[in-house]
Amino acid sequence: MAAPRVIVVGAGPAGTRAAEVLVAAGLRPVVIDEAADNGGQIYRRQPAGFRRRAEELYGTEAGRARAVHGAFSALRGRIEHWPQSLAWQLRDGTLQVERGGRAHRLDFDRIILATGATDRLLPIPGWTVPGTFSLGAAQIALKAQACAIGRRVIFLGSGPLLYLVAAQYVKAGAQVAAVLDTAPAAARRAALPLMAVRPSLLIKGAALLWRLKRAGVPVHHGVAPLRIEGDSRVSGLVFRDAAGREQRLEGDAVGMGWHLRAESQLADLAGCTFAFDEVSRQWLPRIDADGRSSVDGVYLAGDGVRLAGADAAELGGKLAARAVLQDLGLPPPAGIDAEQLRRSLARMERFRQGLAVAFPWPGDIIAKLSDDTLVCRCEAITAGTLRRSATALEAPEMNRAKAFTRVGMGRCQGRFCGIAGAEILAAARGEPMQAAGRIRSAAPVKPLAVAIEVETP
Amino acid sequence: MMGGAGPLLQRLDELVRPSVTLAVDGQVVTALEGDTVLTAVLLHGAALRQSEFGDGPRAGFCLMGACQDCWVWTEQGTRLRACSTPVTAGLRIVTREVPWPRLG
Amino acid sequence: MAAVNQSDVLILGGGMMGAATAFFLRQRGVSVTLLERGLCGQQASGVNFGNVRRQGRFLPQLPLANRSRLLWSRLPELLGEDVEFLPTGHLRVAYRPEHLAMMEEYRDGSRNYGLELEIIGGNAARDRYPWLSQEVLGGSFSVEDGHANPRLVAPAFARAAKRDGARIVENCDVVAIECEATGFRLESAGGEVWRAPVLQVSAGAWGGRIAASFGEAVPIIARGPQMGVTEPVPYALHPVLGVTTKTVGEVVYLRQVTRGNIVFGGTGHGPADLDTRRAKVMPEITLQQFSQLRRMVPAIGALRIIRTWSGVEGYLRDDRPVMGPSGKVSGLFYAFGFCGHGFQLGPGVGEVMAELIATGSTTTPLAPFHIGRFA
Ligand SMILES: Cc1cc2nc3c(=O)[nH]c(=O)nc-3n(C[C@H](O)[C@H](O)[C@H](O)COP(=O)(O)OP(=O)(O)OC[C@H]3O[C@@H](n4cnc5c(N)ncnc54)[C@H](O)[C@@H]3O)c2cc1C
Ligand SMILES: Cc1cc2nc3c(=O)[nH]c(=O)nc-3n(C[C@H](O)[C@H](O)[C@H](O)COP(=O)(O)OP(=O)(O)OC[C@H]3O[C@@H](n4cnc5c(N)ncnc54)[C@H](O)[C@@H]3O)c2cc1C
Ligand code: FES
Repeated sequence: MAAPRVIVVGAGPAGTRAAEVLVAAGLRPVVIDEAADNGGQIYRRQPAGFRRRAEELYGTEAGRARAVHGAFSALRGRIEHWPQSLAWQLRDGTLQVERGGRAHRLDFDRIILATGATDRLLPIPGWTVPGTFSLGAAQIALKAQACAIGRRVIFLGSGPLLYLVAAQYVKAGAQVAAVLDTAPAAARRAALPLMAVRPSLLIKGAALLWRLKRAGVPVHHGVAPLRIEGDSRVSGLVFRDAAGREQRLEGDAVGMGWHLRAESQLADLAGCTFAFDEVSRQWLPRIDADGRSSVDGVYLAGDGVRLAGADAAELGGKLAARAVLQDLGLPPPAGIDAEQLRRSLARMERFRQGLAVAFPWPGDIIAKLSDDTLVCRCEAITAGTLRRSATALEAPEMNRAKAFTRVGMGRCQGRFCGIAGAEILAAARGEPMQAAGRIRSAAPVKPLAVAIEVETP
Repeated sequence: MMGGAGPLLQRLDELVRPSVTLAVDGQVVTALEGDTVLTAVLLHGAALRQSEFGDGPRAGFCLMGACQDCWVWTEQGTRLRACSTPVTAGLRIVTREVPWPRLG
Repeated sequence: MAAVNQSDVLILGGGMMGAATAFFLRQRGVSVTLLERGLCGQQASGVNFGNVRRQGRFLPQLPLANRSRLLWSRLPELLGEDVEFLPTGHLRVAYRPEHLAMMEEYRDGSRNYGLELEIIGGNAARDRYPWLSQEVLGGSFSVEDGHANPRLVAPAFARAAKRDGARIVENCDVVAIECEATGFRLESAGGEVWRAPVLQVSAGAWGGRIAASFGEAVPIIARGPQMGVTEPVPYALHPVLGVTTKTVGEVVYLRQVTRGNIVFGGTGHGPADLDTRRAKVMPEITLQQFSQLRRMVPAIGALRIIRTWSGVEGYLRDDRPVMGPSGKVSGLFYAFGFCGHGFQLGPGVGEVMAELIATGSTTTPLAPFHIGRFA
């Protein structure tokens, strides 16, 4: 019998650990990642020729970054690594991949999707003005390019990444105008009991706040962003503070984000069942405790399905690979205590719930956005147009609204407007957000060149 | 103070790298090896392209290949996703016109 | 209570055919109820390529297509909504002399039906459309054809019909149909009952199952034409484009919307499933379409596609729809199975079926589409 063909999409912490377990069992998985190098988002590598040490790049996570990078390096020669390769379609046991301008068709027995996450965004007036970036972008500029997104940066959003990136900017010597958190201060106290399951992370969070305070960075809780100002570039940001006063901040850049949104297109194309996750206020592929999806042969791990952070991604990767081996009828990998991994994941899940309480998704702010706010950046569709499709045109959910208005129909396929769009649509109809559904994924999951070369058999 | 011409991004570190020359809207721009096209252009100006729908300039958003807001044109009429393409010497980027359809 | 669900006409299926028929029946003052399983225009009518093309059609279908074409220009006035119809012209190109000859033959035939086509040589075509490739030997241009936004048309017909007094019932899956002394009795999955002396079956690819239940089985299969769309670029390709060829793998059609995206399809169909109500996009076909796109308009080679999709369409063995009265049951009418070219016909089908139902006859010849041809 030929060795089963297993594919791992994503070479972040989840994909790396999954590949490691598969290799240990004697398999030779194909590991596919769009990036030039392994590492994924959090442990993203800087380009060749850059000299900063891991401590400068990853701060407190330097040890983990080294470990994950080291684990991947140890796999070289024992996996088929496909960097700079886009998996653009997945169905019926076949993955379509674009690599170096050529189309490849990969048939597989099992596939582990470890595709990670991107920033979760909500629109505010002016968020397309140059100088406005996602929080993740602000961090990538720093990590991978040693640049700040501006001279005086305003950070806006909610979630741990908000404080982390602001603190990383301070540390790197950039000027941070302020940190604006839409979460009220009281929310964090309410979340403490849940978050106490991972005290080390609580301490890290407190240290970030302390670093910002010490640097004199104003931190506002419970704000409502009103607009980003500037025509051809950002000149400032206007917000309403917790006391209801309007304030204007001067700045030439805004980094904004509200935690993460799972990159789940491939799972959707594969036909996996999704369910609305109350905690992260988004639709996620459904998995069992180990990462088996509803579709035979398709497994999920990491932030593309759990949104529980990098450590959880590593554990999820191991569990998913173990499930693959088990389902292939191969002996269980040595040194992996599945029960213990599941328990750790459950603890991290409690913490994730705490984070959602501490840094809630501000649905109320989105519902109240002015009609002229651009919701869909790609197609330049406004909140007013979307609302009219909900009322006058009676669109009950996002796909119908998309058909009528083109919201989510552009290059990013709704990654940046889908969640907020559902919130706006549902609010206009007086329904909860989940009633607005989710935008169905379509291939290619990212733009595909018409000039792609096809192997002719 | 804020606003006006000039770069969007600010270099903080990693200044010691070989330089690479490219052209942006006909002007010669010096970047460093390892810069992305997005970095190179935004260290020089404040836009990568104009929105197709008349709502003004755009300069990328996510830097991780997800938002697709940073696709630029070369003078030769090819497309590059600026945030995920490293600069190479001799690149000629245009941020204002769209050289399409190119004939011949 | 039962009287509430009684009307003169029941329409099964809220695609373009059903919605347009409902609209034109209301114009004639007939009381009508339309039952749609999902939302109006969610199936083939909402996801098609958007071609409002007459040239290349089966010649005896041109009277219907011409009638429909007149209505396309009047839709803003009739519906009170813009459905993005643009009479940009439609150009079919040929790569080989024998295909040019086919075009000439078609032009001669279509003239008798009032469709004027202009055959132009390759260089003349490139003078007009400099983005055409050198491989184009010539083309056939239909000046009054064009394209529209399929996502808008059927829902707009349904809204206008409703505004004019039709009853439009969505999320209503008809699971049982019975003939009674007074007409038809339809029952939905939710247990609701509707009655009318007249029934029109406009259930798209699903129409075959219903016709079979009346003892009128037809050779119909469901397939999915394969669609894709590029990122937006400056508006340059004004006419809708297509190819005349006998080789399926060479067929490609495309249109650029004024916002800039280029919508395309061709080179074959994928499977479609009547039970899941979905059609698959075949990646191999998408990739094959790329080479045909570049072959006709090389500049498209610089672009990226951002989305692909398909839809469930019903194809009859002879590539013609089933349209007209039933051959067996009085009061029963059919308009389904439009074989991949029903979008252009939609408004005309609605008007003709309304005329037929309301007056008992129509001035537009429908004989070639009668279900009895398979009996
Ligand atoms: C910008 C950003 C910054 C973050 N920073 C931090 C941080 O500082 N600290 C922290 O604790 N958490 C951070 N997070 C959260 C963090 O992403 C994770 O917890 C962790 O990286 C998840 O690991 P993963 O393996 O699940 O996914 P990732 O690390 O995101 O890896 C997924 C990989 O899959 C690849 N991929 C996805 N789709 C495809 C496809 N179709 N074809 C080919 N390849 C594909 C991607 O290129 C990527 O490399 C950040 C998230 C983002 C988005
Ligand atoms: C991808 C694609 C591209 C195409 N391109 C073109 C083109 O460019 N030009 C052109 O002219 N034509 C084109 N066509 C063909 C055209 O779209 C169709 O011929 C036309 O839309 C058919 O309309 P319809 O109303 O008959 O069917 P549909 O739109 O399929 O409507 C039938 C409706 O009946 C409903 N229904 C079925 N069974 C039941 C039931 N039991 N109870 C309640 N409701 C029921 C369905 O839900 C559906 O909404 C294309 C088709 C596809 C799929
Ligand atoms: S900036 Fe988002 S894809 Fe490049």
